[in-house]
Amino acid sequence: MYRSHVLVCGGTGCTSSGSPKILETLNKEIAKAGIKNEVSVVQTGCHGLCDMGPIIVVYPGATFYSMVKPEDISEIVNEHLVNGRVVSRLVYDATITEEGIKSINETDFYKKQYRIALRNCGVINPESIDEYIGTNGYEALGRALTQYTPDQVIQMIIDSGLRGRGGGGFSTGIKWKLAKGNDADQKYVCCNADEGDPGAFMDRSVLEGDPHVVLEAMAIAGYAIGASQGYIYIRAEYPVAVERLNKAISQAREYGLLGNNIFGTDFSFDIELRLGAGAFVCGEETALLTSIEGNRGEPRPRPPFPAQKGLFQKPTLLNNVETYANIPPIILNGPEWFSSMGTEKSKGTKVFALGGKIRNTGLVEIPMGTTLREVVEDIGGGIPNNKKFKAAQTGGPSGGCIPASKYDIPIDYDNLVNIGSMMGSGGLIVMDEDNCMVDIAKFFLEFTVDESCGKCTPCRVGTKRLYEMLDKITKGNGTMEDLDKLEDLCKYIKENALCGLGQSAPNPVLSTLRYFKDEYIAHVVDKKCPAAVCKALLSYVIDPSICRGCTLCSRSCPNNAISGKVKEAHVIDQDKCIKCGICKEKCRFGAISIR
Amino acid sequence: MGVKQSTVPFAGTNEQYEKLLKVIADHKDEKGALMPIMQKAQEIYGYLPIEVQSIISNELNVPLEKIYGIATFYSQFSLNPKGKYVISICLGTACYVKGAGDILLKLKELLNISDGECTPDGKFSLDSCRCIGACGLAPVMMINDDVYGKITPDDIEGILAKYK
Repeated sequence: MYRSHVLVCGGTGCTSSGSPKILETLNKEIAKAGIKNEVSVVQTGCHGLCDMGPIIVVYPGATFYSMVKPEDISEIVNEHLVNGRVVSRLVYDATITEEGIKSINETDFYKKQYRIALRNCGVINPESIDEYIGTNGYEALGRALTQYTPDQVIQMIIDSGLRGRGGGGFSTGIKWKLAKGNDADQKYVCCNADEGDPGAFMDRSVLEGDPHVVLEAMAIAGYAIGASQGYIYIRAEYPVAVERLNKAISQAREYGLLGNNIFGTDFSFDIELRLGAGAFVCGEETALLTSIEGNRGEPRPRPPFPAQKGLFQKPTLLNNVETYANIPPIILNGPEWFSSMGTEKSKGTKVFALGGKIRNTGLVEIPMGTTLREVVEDIGGGIPNNKKFKAAQTGGPSGGCIPASKYDIPIDYDNLVNIGSMMGSGGLIVMDEDNCMVDIAKFFLEFTVDESCGKCTPCRVGTKRLYEMLDKITKGNGTMEDLDKLEDLCKYIKENALCGLGQSAPNPVLSTLRYFKDEYIAHVVDKKCPAAVCKALLSYVIDPSICRGCTLCSRSCPNNAISGKVKEAHVIDQDKCIKCGICKEKCRFGAISIR
Repeated sequence: MGVKQSTVPFAGTNEQYEKLLKVIADHKDEKGALMPIMQKAQEIYGYLPIEVQSIISNELNVPLEKIYGIATFYSQFSLNPKGKYVISICLGTACYVKGAGDILLKLKELLNISDGECTPDGKFSLDSCRCIGACGLAPVMMINDDVYGKITPDDIEGILAKYK
């Protein structure tokens, strides 16, 4: 027994900000203090508050140390672990109250969260199967195999109301039922861990922080639909997740939780990893399966659906990581428990990756139906630098921008679709008044042009034309007619593209046109970028009342665009100005502004 | 995307060739083995020039055009060698809204190469990538395995100097 547990976050965010060094120093200092037998150090998965990394949490008490440096460690060890005095200068600001230091779970960031998919992330050591089993791990699999028939398992998933967490939001239970209904000599259970949405990293955190949950859920799915082989298709860009999954698979095999005759039943199931090679379109189910087969990851028309003819032409079930992470808790706690959370048609919780112009960037899991305002203002801590909220982008390149007027909308699948966005995998990027919405639309189209597989014309050519029109508008050469053409082409692509990537590619354009048309018009008619982002539309202007005529700007200008006499106000020749911004950088009086 | 041909002459060693043959022999009979073999081949050679693709094609009896098709489809496969220091600048959404675009411009300016290229001395190669999953640190840049978070264009010169 240990009297204290010290959790060191080993998530990607904290690792990037130096947690391996922290872990090493901590072990050294603890040994030096001679308390190695009293204190246990655990490297965990992501805690969610990536912005504050590297993170250390000390139990009992859940004291949350943030932005810890190696030189702070000896103080934490000697003061907190040896003498029992919390080092208040190092604890996370939000946990400090007048009554003393409170638990991390009572802070705004964690209070409104409810963790199902992330329940073990940041709590257990992801590299230890015993710790997973210690938190009821593999109990759901055991119960499913020994107490329920496959049909009963499927009925539980249907009753829970769980919908696919990867994008479209199709009922998970129905998907399982369809896969079970097709008889074949071989079926497959696949896991989509090809998290390609820029700005989304929840699947990565589950895989890194709790890899066994995915294995357990896939085995349950295998039992339910009658499959003996599973594949996890994971991005090669996630080396830590790959390593932990490999470790988890070999541990599970060793314990007899994967392999032949699991739990002494006649059910056998094994899992292999397949590494993706960097193609966004492989998040689409038919493309993913084609890629596992070793081909270019191009989608194909449906039907036949994967549940009929999937991997290697056999019936296949495909769910994403977060969906699987919900399965064992549903089996253990019952479908009613799960469906008691959320809105009428969206049950349970959803993990979001909060990013962009928001104070607490990181990973949050909230009950469905939480409003955007609660997520951004309460959990996310609002927008930094006294800027105003302009929009939140959800659903990545397939989603749209939600404007301030929809701030109080409860987040669920159907509401997001109705306002022109979508749940997607759960990236939530906040933008403030300094972000140009036309530029954001262009950014996403550049992405889809890059990632379009080229198989169907509406997507291959259509997205390119959309990008060109947006580029034209951001350069100030657009016309009002272009805006109509833009909308028409968007609708055409939506109706005619082959797969989800193409059909949803116009969403960023359509949603910004819908809510921020005035910004488009400003670019087209006034030739101005209101957020001062689009370089071609900016002009640098010297305020004559502030300019002292020091000549520094005129001497620094690489294109001799600034003229004026010494000690008199200078002027920028707009035809010559190349908008490099050097003059503004150099001016000591703040006389130059961008308009 | 244009056709990418390597500009650097191929200089594979016998040892690399033997390693590749072993990888092929080990995976040959697995279902869907082509991609894992190509990924291992890239690990061995550092990139996938047409010469290496031909070896795989001959050994597996798969048409070269299929292998080339796969190599050019996935962004992870590179037909060109990488620099000693591989710089990846994240252009995911979270990084983009926090100014990653300006950082890419600065890198291009300082290194005098564009996206996907390698400096003539073979020291730095520059790639933009889509989300490395460290959005909490946006904007993020990686040089080999070192991660630099919350960077500004002014930081770049100092960071590069560490590798010169």
